[in-house]
Amino acid sequence: MSEKPEKIRCDACPVLCFIADGRTGACDRYANQGGDLVRLDPLTVLDIADDDTRVVPFLSGAEDWDGNPLAAKRPFLTAIGAGTTYPDYKPAPFIVSQTVDDEEMVTVVTEGIFSYCGVKVKIDTDRHIGEERALVRADGEAVGHVTTSEYGSKMLSLGGVEHLTGGSKKEGRVTCETLLRLCNRGAVDLTVDEAATLTIAAGKAPIIDGTEEARMRVGCGSAAIGMFARQWASHVDDVVVVDDHITGVLSEHQAGKLLNIPPTGIKIKGRKSTPGRYFQVAEPGTSWGGTNIEDPLEILGDFNPKIAWPGMRLLMISTTGEQHGYFVLDDELKPRPAPLTPALQHSVDRIEENCEPAVASVLFMGGAGGSLRAGVTENPVALTRSVKSALTKVTCGGAEVYVWPGGGITVMVDVMDMPQNSFGYVPTPALVAPIEFTLRKDDYIALGGYGDDVRAIHDVLEKPTAMGLRMLRKAA
Amino acid sequence: MQRPEARTLPDGRLHLSHGPIDLIISATGGEADCRRAFAAATARFDTVLTELVGELPALRRPDASVTGTVARRMVAAVTPHRSSAFITPMAAVAGSVADEILAAMTSAAPLRKAIVNNGGDIALMLAPGETTTARIAHGSGATLGSLTLSAGDGIGGIATSGRHGRSLSLGIADSVTVLARTAAAADAAATLIANAVDCGPHPAITRVPAKTLDPDSDLGERLVVTACAHLPPAEVETALTEGTRVASRMLEASLINAAALFLAGEARTVGAPFTVLASPPAPAASRPAVRSHP
Repeated sequence: MSEKPEKIRCDACPVLCFIADGRTGACDRYANQGGDLVRLDPLTVLDIADDDTRVVPFLSGAEDWDGNPLAAKRPFLTAIGAGTTYPDYKPAPFIVSQTVDDEEMVTVVTEGIFSYCGVKVKIDTDRHIGEERALVRADGEAVGHVTTSEYGSKMLSLGGVEHLTGGSKKEGRVTCETLLRLCNRGAVDLTVDEAATLTIAAGKAPIIDGTEEARMRVGCGSAAIGMFARQWASHVDDVVVVDDHITGVLSEHQAGKLLNIPPTGIKIKGRKSTPGRYFQVAEPGTSWGGTNIEDPLEILGDFNPKIAWPGMRLLMISTTGEQHGYFVLDDELKPRPAPLTPALQHSVDRIEENCEPAVASVLFMGGAGGSLRAGVTENPVALTRSVKSALTKVTCGGAEVYVWPGGGITVMVDVMDMPQNSFGYVPTPALVAPIEFTLRKDDYIALGGYGDDVRAIHDVLEKPTAMGLRMLRKAA
Repeated sequence: MQRPEARTLPDGRLHLSHGPIDLIISATGGEADCRRAFAAATARFDTVLTELVGELPALRRPDASVTGTVARRMVAAVTPHRSSAFITPMAAVAGSVADEILAAMTSAAPLRKAIVNNGGDIALMLAPGETTTARIAHGSGATLGSLTLSAGDGIGGIATSGRHGRSLSLGIADSVTVLARTAAAADAAATLIANAVDCGPHPAITRVPAKTLDPDSDLGERLVVTACAHLPPAEVETALTEGTRVASRMLEASLINAAALFLAGEARTVGAPFTVLASPPAPAASRPAVRSHP
């Protein structure tokens, strides 16, 4: 036995307590046990259907094992607070068994250190937040970039190993802080180069250039024409749905043709795609339909005097219904603002009603491809294969994850499905995330699992201070 | 390293946690006002521990000179006692943190009632017409006493100190609960009164230098009590009389509003508002706690 120091310095929090053997630090959570720093408080245990913590939905009635560790009404031990061993040549901190319908299940519980990790952020908005590939910054440091837009949403890809460890020390630290805060459902302030400032928090409405986004668009301008053409046809002569992506014009659109709406001589500035559908009517922006337009008439050319007629009624509306204007052509065929009629007001309200609330979604993405697997089994690739063949269920903090095809164990998980504050960090910098592997005990032994380290779940739960001690760091 | 954490408990109270600090916070008032107050508490809490850690070496000395707002509250709370006993600002750390967070909340929004409980050291604000009831519980859960506080009592802090607490004590009191204008003032006074509950050397009492238990302790080589076996009634009487004398002196100097002292099944009160049970349970090895019912 090597000689251990009598007192150790705890670095779990900024107090940096100097802890004598057999004593706890100022917090009563960390202790010196024979020269080892141990943590005393128990693991987070998910009681199924617990208060406001949302976990994956469970099957109604069916209690048979179906591979879903959360399906049954029994405690599921999460890895939150499990601690970790790194690099993971030692068995994971908790390897727990419990019996489900006479089959012994094993859950390997560990907090993984993910230096290859990041978040994908989906921001429900049509507003221009920045060019694709533009850098996204926090506190002036590059933490990610704007990636491919999705239907009604802008996407950010933040973090990743290049920002965490590939740049300056500050870049790594700020990236880690940004990811940590987002994953723990906190709000972060971001700027996109030469474009918007954003305040993003998982599950909350995004704030773009200081304005809270209320709704997603109902569809692109062309889709909106298709959806509402019938409701407009008898109340107005033409409708323009202004959209940065595709601006739609009722009288030219296929939907209008089918309703026998006559041509109105309207002229849209912009690049015509197919009849009634226009690209690039303006620059991207944060106003009408995600364009920079403040006055919708800017995108109209003169009406064709051979077709248009005085008194013609025109509705212009954005894809969320938030902006709209009603115009009637005067004797010179110039559109003049007019009060909205009740029938049109109803259709505007209907568009607003059909726009879903805008939220920011944060998906954590990380790879458990490396040494973390060695904490689970002596033959790491066997765990990968077992996950791929669905014999092993992967969860993060009890939440269901998507496992990417191909090599490694690369997972994505909605942070809103995980208990709040599931994530931590190490100064590497890297995120610490809970990850659990659940499988049949015989399968576990077969893939080279640490059978001798398996403990019964009641043993872990009932003896939090004895069996539940977590080895955080061996004395130097 | 752990960062400050904030979460809302199922009953709507706010839980702020960072290292050794755990705050349970409740607010009564308009919904938006309570939300604003919680947001202000969370924002202020973000840097509280790191500010304190920055001045920790100074705060462990009796003659500290400090700059942080929480640190200054600590110094202000212990200064009136410095001429009569050994005390460092650390004796008021828990109460000062509670006061600081309460101040952040009440300046952010008008509230009917706000309670910041820092592990038994409680800062509270009651608007005119409001009352709150606090129960002093033994570690076993048994009620030792209770009190009802009203706006106008001038009480903004409740603190408990003693042998079963997280901090080290020079005395043998099971617990001492103090009411004062601020939580910091109550915290400092409770520490000193609990230290004073003592009967001198006795075979039943085990003491060790503070440094052997906590190398960083502000108490240094001073002997702290680690165990107290059954004491004869005369020693209990002596210890409680000594503690009561110190408490009465603080009451006369307007440093506290009231105190309740507990030792070996006996209780003494100083000042008015406590209702203390006739025969509280014998001491056990866990901490009495004050629970506040908003």
